[in-house]
Amino acid sequence: MLFLLAVMPTAAPASGTGVKLDPVDIDLHDKTSLQNGARIFVNYCLSCHSASYMRYNRMGHDLGLSDELVQENLLFAADKVGDLMKAVMPRDDAKKWFGVAPPDLTVISRARGPEWIYTYLRSFYRDDKSPSGWNNTVFPNVAMPHVLYEWQGHQRAVFKTEHGVAKFEKFELQRPGTMGEKQYNDAMRDLTNFMVYLGEPARLVRYRLGILVLIFLAVFLVFAYLLKREYWKDIH
Amino acid sequence: MQKLLAWFDDRFPLTKVWKEHLAEYYAPKNFNFWYYFGSLALLALVIQILTGIFLTMHYKPDTGLAFASVEYIMRDVDWGWLIRYMHSTGASMFFIVIYLHMFRALLYGSFKGPRELLWIIGMVLYVALMAEAFMGYLLPWGNMSYWGAQVIISLFDAVPLIGPPLAEWVRGDFVISDATLNRFFAFHVVAIPLVLVGLVFVHIVALHKVGSNNPDGVEIKKKKGPDGIPLDGIPFHPYYTVKDTVGVAVFLMVFSAAMFFAPEMGGWFLEHDNFVPANILQTPPDIKPLWYFTPYYSILRANTVNFLWIPAKLWGVTFMGLAIVLFFFLPWLDRSPVKSIRYRGWMYKTALAIFAVNFVILGYLGTKSPQDVSLLLFKNVYWAQIGTILYFAFFLLMPLYTWLDKTKPVPDRVTFK
Repeated sequence: MLFLLAVMPTAAPASGTGVKLDPVDIDLHDKTSLQNGARIFVNYCLSCHSASYMRYNRMGHDLGLSDELVQENLLFAADKVGDLMKAVMPRDDAKKWFGVAPPDLTVISRARGPEWIYTYLRSFYRDDKSPSGWNNTVFPNVAMPHVLYEWQGHQRAVFKTEHGVAKFEKFELQRPGTMGEKQYNDAMRDLTNFMVYLGEPARLVRYRLGILVLIFLAVFLVFAYLLKREYWKDIH
Repeated sequence: MQKLLAWFDDRFPLTKVWKEHLAEYYAPKNFNFWYYFGSLALLALVIQILTGIFLTMHYKPDTGLAFASVEYIMRDVDWGWLIRYMHSTGASMFFIVIYLHMFRALLYGSFKGPRELLWIIGMVLYVALMAEAFMGYLLPWGNMSYWGAQVIISLFDAVPLIGPPLAEWVRGDFVISDATLNRFFAFHVVAIPLVLVGLVFVHIVALHKVGSNNPDGVEIKKKKGPDGIPLDGIPFHPYYTVKDTVGVAVFLMVFSAAMFFAPEMGGWFLEHDNFVPANILQTPPDIKPLWYFTPYYSILRANTVNFLWIPAKLWGVTFMGLAIVLFFFLPWLDRSPVKSIRYRGWMYKTALAIFAVNFVILGYLGTKSPQDVSLLLFKNVYWAQIGTILYFAFFLLMPLYTWLDKTKPVPDRVTFK
C-alpha cells in the first residue's frame, strides 16, 4: 500500500495540446540542483513572474544557504531576506506590455506538473507570426518570449500536416546558443526541480516524517492488537 | 475519589451515562470488519473539527487573500502544511469511511425496523456532510473551487419560476464572489459543524435505544439471560473500545500513508486545477467535483434530453436529488423478512453487487468528460445513462425483488467463530 502510494505519480495532468511531455528526474535531495535552479529562477523568471507566497529566507534555509548568502547572491528584487519573492516588473506594466500579467509561479508545478514545465521550457521556437517572435508547442501562442534563447539558441518547429491538421514533429536548431543541448536540458531540469520544491516546500520533510509516523503506528497496532486479544480471549 | 464521583453523580448523571452508553451498553459479540466504520466516522469528524479550528486561525475568507492564506499556512505557519493536509486528506477519508459505513447497512439490513429512524438520521448526516464538503471546497479559492461552486449553484437556476433569483440569493451576488465566499465560510466553520455534531449525538442516542444490528441481522435483545443481559451481547467498553483501537491504528496508517506520501492522490484528493487561483475569465477545461460527489454528478449529466416540456437540466437536478432522497425510503422499499445478506436469496445479493459496482463506475465517469470514451465502445454519457437506470432500478424494483427473493432461515442466536 505504502509502496504503491510512494511510486504513484504525484502530478500527471495532460498537456492539453497533445504534445508528448518529456519525463524529468525530480530529486529534492539534490541540493546542488535546487541551488542552481534557484539561481536561474531568481535571475531570469523573477524579473516578470512572482513567487509571491514564498519568502527568500525560507528558500535559503531549505536550500542550505545562509541569510548572508541569499542577501548577496539572490536578493535583487527585494530589500529584506524575510520578504516575499515578488517580481521586479510591476504587474500593471507587465499586463500592458505582454497583454496578460505573467502568472505567479509559486505553485505552478502543482497545477501543471513537472513534466509540463520541463517540456515547456525547452519547447520555444521562432515564429514570425507571433508578436514576440516566439511561440511554444506546449503552450501555443503563449505571450511570453523565450527568455533563455541565449542559452538554448534559436530553434525552428517542423510541423507535418495530417488530415488538414498541423502536427508538431520535431525541432531543428537554427542558431546554436551558448549551451549545448545536454547542458541546457540539465539547467532546465534544475529549474524544474527547484519549481517542484517551490510548489511544496513541505515535500522536503513529509516523506521522512511519514515513515516515522508509520513506524510508530505499526508498533502501536501490535500493542493494540495484543490488548484486544487479551480482553477477547474469554468471549466465545 | 469515590466521594468526588458521588458529588458529581448527585448533580450530573455521570456514572449513569457511562454505564448506559459504554460499560453496560451491550453490543452483539459478532461484529466483523464492517463494524469498524462507525467509530472511525466519529474519529474522522473529530480530526476535521480539530484541524479545522487551527486552519481557521490562519485562513482569510476574502477573495483577495484566501488563496494566499492557504499557501501561507502551507509555508509560514509552523506545521501548517501538516494541519492542512490532515484536513484535506481527512475530507476524503471521511467520505471513504461513510460510504463503507452505509454499505455495511445495505449488507446487513441495518436500515430495517426497528432502526428506520437511526437510518434516517444517518442519511440527514450524510446530506449535511455533503453540504459541509461542498462549501469547504470553495474556501481555498482555487479555480476549481470557483467553477465547481459556479456550476453547482447554477443548478438552482433550473428550479421553475423562482430559479434565477433563488440562485442569486444563495450566492449573494450575480456570480460567485466575496459574498459567497464569506457565507460559505460561515456555514462551513460554524453552522454545519454544529448540525453535524448535534446529529451525531442524536444518531448515537437512537442507536443505543434500539441496539446495534450485527452481521447475522439477529435481534440480540430477544434472547436475554436471567440477569436481563442479552446472551449474545458484550459490554461496549472494554470489548469494543479495545477492538476499535485496533481499527483506529489501521485507519491512521492508511490515512498517514495517503497524507504523507500522496496528499494530492494524483488529483483525486486535491485537484491540479485548484493550484491556480480562482479566475472568472478562465474556465478549467473539465469542471469536476471531488470524487465523493462524482456518482451524483454523473447522474446529473446523464440527463441530456428535454422531455415533457421540462428542460434536461431540470431533469438532471431532479434525478440527482432523487438519487439521494430514495435512500431515505430504503426501510420501506425493502420487503424482505430477513435483514442480513447472509440469509437473503440471490436476487438481493445480485442487486446489491450491481449497485455497488455501478456506484463506483458512475463515480469514475463523473471525473471524465461526457463526450470522451473512457470505458468500452460508447461515449461516457451513454454509460452514465445506463448507470443511472441501474441506480434507480435498485431502489424502485426493490419491493419486487426483495418480496420474490427466497430467504434462508435465520438462526436464533448470532454465529460467532
